[in-house]
Amino acid sequence: MSLNRRQFLASTTALAGAAAFPTVVLAADTIKLGSVLDTSGGFDAYGKPMDMAMRLAVDEINASGGLLGKQVEVIAYDTQSDMALYTQYGQQLVRQDKVDVVQGGILSASREAIRQTMRKSKTLYFYNALYEGGVCDRNIFIDGVTPAQQAEALVPYAMGKSGKKVYILAADYNYGQITAEWIKKYVADNGGETVGLDFFPLDVSDFGSTIAKIQSVGPDLVIAPLVGGAHLSFFRQWAAAGMKDKIALASTTLGVGNEHKVLTAAEGDGIMVAYNYSQELETPANTAFKEKWAAAYGDSSAIHELAVSHYQGVLTWAEGVRVAGSVERDAVIAALETGISIEGPAGTITIDPKTHHAILDVHIMEMENQGMKVIETLSQRQPVDTQAVCDLAANPDDNTQYEIKF
Amino acid sequence: MDFTVVVIVEVLYAVASLVLISAGLAVVFGMMKVINLAHGEFMMLGGYATITAVNLGVNIFIAMLIVAPLIVGLIGLVVERLVIRHLYGRLVDTMLATWGLSLLFIGAATMIFGNTTTGISAPISGFAVGDYQINGYNFFIIIVSIVLILGMLFVLKATRLGLIARGTMQRSDMAAALGYSPDRIYMATFFAGSALSGLAGAVLAPLVGLVPTSGGAFIAKAFITVIAGGPSLIAGLLSSAGIFGVIGQVFSFSVSAVMGDVAMLIAAVILLRLLPQGVTARFFKGKL
Repeated sequence: MSLNRRQFLASTTALAGAAAFPTVVLAADTIKLGSVLDTSGGFDAYGKPMDMAMRLAVDEINASGGLLGKQVEVIAYDTQSDMALYTQYGQQLVRQDKVDVVQGGILSASREAIRQTMRKSKTLYFYNALYEGGVCDRNIFIDGVTPAQQAEALVPYAMGKSGKKVYILAADYNYGQITAEWIKKYVADNGGETVGLDFFPLDVSDFGSTIAKIQSVGPDLVIAPLVGGAHLSFFRQWAAAGMKDKIALASTTLGVGNEHKVLTAAEGDGIMVAYNYSQELETPANTAFKEKWAAAYGDSSAIHELAVSHYQGVLTWAEGVRVAGSVERDAVIAALETGISIEGPAGTITIDPKTHHAILDVHIMEMENQGMKVIETLSQRQPVDTQAVCDLAANPDDNTQYEIKF
Repeated sequence: MDFTVVVIVEVLYAVASLVLISAGLAVVFGMMKVINLAHGEFMMLGGYATITAVNLGVNIFIAMLIVAPLIVGLIGLVVERLVIRHLYGRLVDTMLATWGLSLLFIGAATMIFGNTTTGISAPISGFAVGDYQINGYNFFIIIVSIVLILGMLFVLKATRLGLIARGTMQRSDMAAALGYSPDRIYMATFFAGSALSGLAGAVLAPLVGLVPTSGGAFIAKAFITVIAGGPSLIAGLLSSAGIFGVIGQVFSFSVSAVMGDVAMLIAAVILLRLLPQGVTARFFKGKL
């Protein structure tokens, strides 16, 4: 057989291409769960535990007999903290792998990179991360905490422990700006006053002048929706200046990726936060979850808020499939829209039919000795921010991320 | 009154940290005309060296002031022997090579330490000035910078080593004719420059959350300071760090931290338009 150069190239490229694809076990009949997460690169601190949580959930489902008598097969792609790869792998999941559901996305930018692809291809999509709220799309279900759920719980508690004058330091992109608006609203609702508001680009790491400025204004409380490694410097510099005992500090982001384990106990203790999950949550469900995690991965210290949201997202989808008796998208959406609930490590998760967001427990916590001690549990909080702008029951064709106006 | 003290301390701190992050680059670029784009990564390595040493039980001050500069200096030495020495006098080629090095270091740090934020806490506690709390560590940085400048001044001016180094940078052929090997002097100078970068990264480590890409945050400020400083090593460093530190902090306090950085960059553009050879090409001429 003669082989010219062009044929050789074509065949080797095809081979290389085939080798690059994940090995798909061609079992006759499986349900395919597609996953896109950043398990390497800058966001891997978020993505790796999320990936572990997803696999844990799928293993459990399979161990208990699978869904509708079929095993669930994971087709996972590492998006390497590169937004362009979300678009590429998103297409691959729906066109080539033809998955039944896609779970994944971490940053809001990654969600928006694939949301329309999923919608057009009628592939059910679950986004399970704390985010700024407002996405209104019948094809997506969102299992993370939104700013209103957090701020509504955190602000009155933190103000009660400190005082009425609040200073806000926020990350300078849509999450920080929208969250800052919500904090301002709840400060005003609780009879307080926002005495200062500063935004910081994600690479700002020197907060010396800011800390002096805060002191010249003299607030009772500082709330900091700051994001990422550079912004972690703020908490460190705040402690180094000896501010911790002078002005109370709260955050809507610190700890989501287990950042509080990077700070020392002396730096972190006393910072107030509010999330859906804490490793220190003393419930039978969480104890069992941590044991399962430790059995699968050796130790459970990697678990964080986003991982648990993701785990609960997979369980929610599985419950939808069971109720629907089908993996077909419209049937599963209809089943989820009956307002079904699951019990996760962080408590009950109920789908809000109007917004496809989660109604969930919010725990007010204080950092203590590199952990998050649960102070108070507010059960079944509604995603009121998104509910104010989104009604998929009345308007099923909506496909917008609303910016919430005040 | 108290606020004035706080502002003065913050301004001094800003100037000192600019001196610190630029000193290594000033030696490598200012003296040897090697554009070291991996300068930020040398700083990052200094930070990781400190954190690793502290985690191994070394006293934090020893880790910052001795261990980190030594380790980064040695890394610099290897880099100089393997890469830089083949490229002296080839400005663009050194840029390309050191840019590659910076990518290599980021990759290596990611592999070894993971792409997650690490850090140590500041060893000096804050204290009160009237109604204000000040970060006590700021004073440490100010002192380190002063000692650094005095040390550089002493070595360059008062020691034979400094004289030989300066002579070689000016006319390496003459230095060679007098019996000194420029090759070895360049090597030693690059070692010193790298060690200074490592020191800067180490001393700043307790103030930031360190990630393998942290170096990128410093490189622009370091280059601006060194280039605006002009031909004199120490006078240039001090004058441009002084100008940018004061402008940056004044805008940080009066507007916001972001505007402080913006003001600094605008000041750099204006300064380089008016004094394209740097401050010390016009003022303090002939000073060190």
